Amino acid sequence: MDALAPATTIDHGPSLRQRLAANGFDAVTLLVVPAAILSLLLFIYPFAFGFVLSFEPKAGGDWLANYRRFFSDAFLYETIAKTLWLAVPVTLLNLLLAVPVAFRVRLMRRQRLLTTILVLPITLGTVLVAEGLLNYLGPQGWFNRTLMTFGLISQPLKLVHNYWGVFASLLITGFPFTFLLTLSYVTGIDPALEQAAATLGANAWQRFRHVYLPLLMPGFAITFCLSFVQAFSVFPSAVLLGEPAGLTRVISIAAAQAAFEEYDYSMGSAIAMIMGFVQLGIVVAVLASRGLFYRGPASGAKG
Amino acid sequence: MTIALSQFDEVRLDRVSRDFGALNALRDISLTIRRREFIALLGPSGCGKSTTLNCIAGLLPVTGGAIWLDKSRVDTLRPEERGFGMVFQNYALFPHLNVRQNIGFGLKMRGTPKAEMDRKVNEALALVRLQGQENKLPGQLSGGQQQRVAIARAIVIEPPLVLMDEPLSNLDAKLRLEMRAEIRRIHNELGATTIYVTHDQDEALSLADRIVVLRDGVVRQVGTPKELYEAPAHLDVADFMGFRNKLKGKVVAVENGRAVLDVEGARISGVARERLSPGSSAYAAIRPDDLEVGEAGPNAIAVTVDTIEYRGREFVGTAHSAGGFDFVFRSHQAVEPGSTVYLRADDGRVLVFAEPTQGRN
Amino acid sequence: MIRDTTLGSKLWAAAVWVLVGFFILNLLAMIATVVTSSFATRWLGTWLPVGFTTRWYTSAWSEFQLWDVLIVTFQVVGAVVLISGALGVTAAYALARRDFPGKKLLVLLFLLPLLIPPITFGIPLATVLYQTGLAGTFWGVVAANLVPTVPFVILVMIPFIEQIDPKIEAAARVFGANTFKLFVHVLLPLLLPGILAALLLVLVRTIAMFELTFLVAGPTSQTLVVSLYYAVFAAGVRSVQSIDAMAVIYMVTTLVWLIIALRFVNPTQIVTRAKQQPAH
Repeated sequence: MDALAPATTIDHGPSLRQRLAANGFDAVTLLVVPAAILSLLLFIYPFAFGFVLSFEPKAGGDWLANYRRFFSDAFLYETIAKTLWLAVPVTLLNLLLAVPVAFRVRLMRRQRLLTTILVLPITLGTVLVAEGLLNYLGPQGWFNRTLMTFGLISQPLKLVHNYWGVFASLLITGFPFTFLLTLSYVTGIDPALEQAAATLGANAWQRFRHVYLPLLMPGFAITFCLSFVQAFSVFPSAVLLGEPAGLTRVISIAAAQAAFEEYDYSMGSAIAMIMGFVQLGIVVAVLASRGLFYRGPASGAKG
Repeated sequence: MTIALSQFDEVRLDRVSRDFGALNALRDISLTIRRREFIALLGPSGCGKSTTLNCIAGLLPVTGGAIWLDKSRVDTLRPEERGFGMVFQNYALFPHLNVRQNIGFGLKMRGTPKAEMDRKVNEALALVRLQGQENKLPGQLSGGQQQRVAIARAIVIEPPLVLMDEPLSNLDAKLRLEMRAEIRRIHNELGATTIYVTHDQDEALSLADRIVVLRDGVVRQVGTPKELYEAPAHLDVADFMGFRNKLKGKVVAVENGRAVLDVEGARISGVARERLSPGSSAYAAIRPDDLEVGEAGPNAIAVTVDTIEYRGREFVGTAHSAGGFDFVFRSHQAVEPGSTVYLRADDGRVLVFAEPTQGRN
Repeated sequence: MIRDTTLGSKLWAAAVWVLVGFFILNLLAMIATVVTSSFATRWLGTWLPVGFTTRWYTSAWSEFQLWDVLIVTFQVVGAVVLISGALGVTAAYALARRDFPGKKLLVLLFLLPLLIPPITFGIPLATVLYQTGLAGTFWGVVAANLVPTVPFVILVMIPFIEQIDPKIEAAARVFGANTFKLFVHVLLPLLLPGILAALLLVLVRTIAMFELTFLVAGPTSQTLVVSLYYAVFAAGVRSVQSIDAMAVIYMVTTLVWLIIALRFVNPTQIVTRAKQQPAH
């Protein structure tokens, strides 16, 4: 190549197409474009739009008016506490129940029937579970009848149209979700590690405490986050099974009402943003503490 | 040396059986392991050698028989109560604990005081020559180093018995030879008692004081490496010990521990290793080393050479006989593929076995 | 796996199984309540209804215009399945086979709609759709439902495509297949089981997707689950049995597809979106 003729050199250098291909961009890479555009248009753009809109109050006022209103109106800001009061206990309970069950089920040879039954409430969805629980947990439902027959209670317990109705529905859809996630983490650990611990003198509790727990903590943290986020966004069951104007007025109800009943999209977006930030805050806090734990392959290390 | 392994006289397996699942089945395994012995359990995959080891460790319950450590019965104890040290095939190092914590795990479970624990872990580190690596996680170690951690972790608890489940199978060939010597050195330095599971007869022959050959969940032969190598008791043990040429024939005569077979019209005589009766079918087993290319005559059979490979000091050839038996032989001179030669063996180097009964054996 | 045989561990195991049994019992009883009620003539203050009838199904069918609702539901679901299949599989192929700058960011972009609950991103999304006039229409509902389903297909398909040896494609090229022939004769048959599984899961999820459809649907673009919500919400207007009959129809629609899907996928995939490790 003639070094004195740079123009010719460029002409004979790699074409744009070749240079792009060297960086991994070619016709195959372009296949990702339609899906990416869709996600940008229907996910990123609405989020950005909502974010901006939340600073343009419908009723006028300065750019922070929506947020100021939210945090000064007890009817609005209390929704955060009410939602947390539902989501945190339910998520902790689900995780607490899921762990021992997952450790037991891991020993089963045929897990499929159990996992299939547990997938039912997730598949059927919250609306159907709400309708079912309205009957089942109601004053004349089978649940109260059974308790009364056994003489455990004399009056039917009030289990629907209050906190406990929503709690029960979050338990019945949330437990299988938490359990199946936990199970996939638990079965991902090499059983030889437990055997090694046993031959070294660790009893069942010590094996859990010193081998399984440290290896599972990151998985538990992720499970907690995903389960919490699901519970925090509770919506239909809070309306149908709870007191949507009172104790179970969760944040998603407030957001939906603002946007689609008062047609104040600006306020609705502001509440949705607040909801997102609370979820993000808890997730970041949990995942940050995850940095304290071992993260890496949970099998016996191989060379 | 203060790592002092618990003293005892013998470990006795008394008709140990395990019935779950066809592949895992063990039948009446009886075996006595004396103190300071290095025992290799040898056999093809699925023969029950790992199952035996897991039963001794307590990781699998036995369904019949008993395991005794001197006068105390251990098969009813949970694995954590037995106190045996075990080295796993993939090492099973705790990935979240560093080398020091991995080695100290068993001591910690026993509530050993910190100072004593540190001292013992340091000694174990020195024994496996891993000083300076104690703060690394298993993922940062090479295969050979992980192997050393696994061994240190098993011996630091001063077990009466060290169990090793194919510990070298994940290493490359060079490292395998090196670690083989290491394992024997550590065994000797500690005066340990070791049960070592392997499917590699080279490993078993070079490491063990005694070898137990298992097949289909049954003990086929127990003996020193020399006994097994020179006098395998059954055809399948011989096969495992490198008797690669097996010729089927009819027993013509049996006399003074010698048997003469008729193989495709040729007379092959050898040492009878099993009870044989004239007229029955039997196998003559010969190592490739013991075959020589020669003239027609006694103990020789005509074969057609298929391939001949140059191996430096000698040639390795394959051939087949008119009756379809395949041969592997060594030769000092090249023979032409396609040519017909006679392969002959000393009758002292030919072993004759009864035809295995169909089915389980 | 070590099974303890001490008394303590047996009691512990028993307690765990009682817990699981109690959960499943309540779950099945809840479903049975709905089914029983949908066939009940009158059911007040007794264990079982006075008599059984199927008339609630005919009345629910006409009262809730279930025929129209079902048609809309299947049109929405069909469109979502087809579009997310086409966009998701192609994108997954690119992500599985190519490494390019920004790929991690793109994967994160596809991961987020699956991690963030639909109601959180649904409100701003619905706002945008209302402003563009798409909300309330058939395509508005389809568009909203695509937000989580396209990423879902992508994330299910990436590991599936990665496990197919790229040498197979190279071989097809060497033997003279052009891109189209390669796709039709080599890739499609190899990917079909994965695509089928992913799309069946999308189908089940879309039938049951309440939040997004609820936020953007108009009277003529409601799916079955949203109609059910409104019926339960307005309970008292209609008889309970009639609503329960509708709930049973919804259950059957969902479960039929779930059962078909379970022939191809592991139930845990509905939740974890990852191949479960083989159980030991």
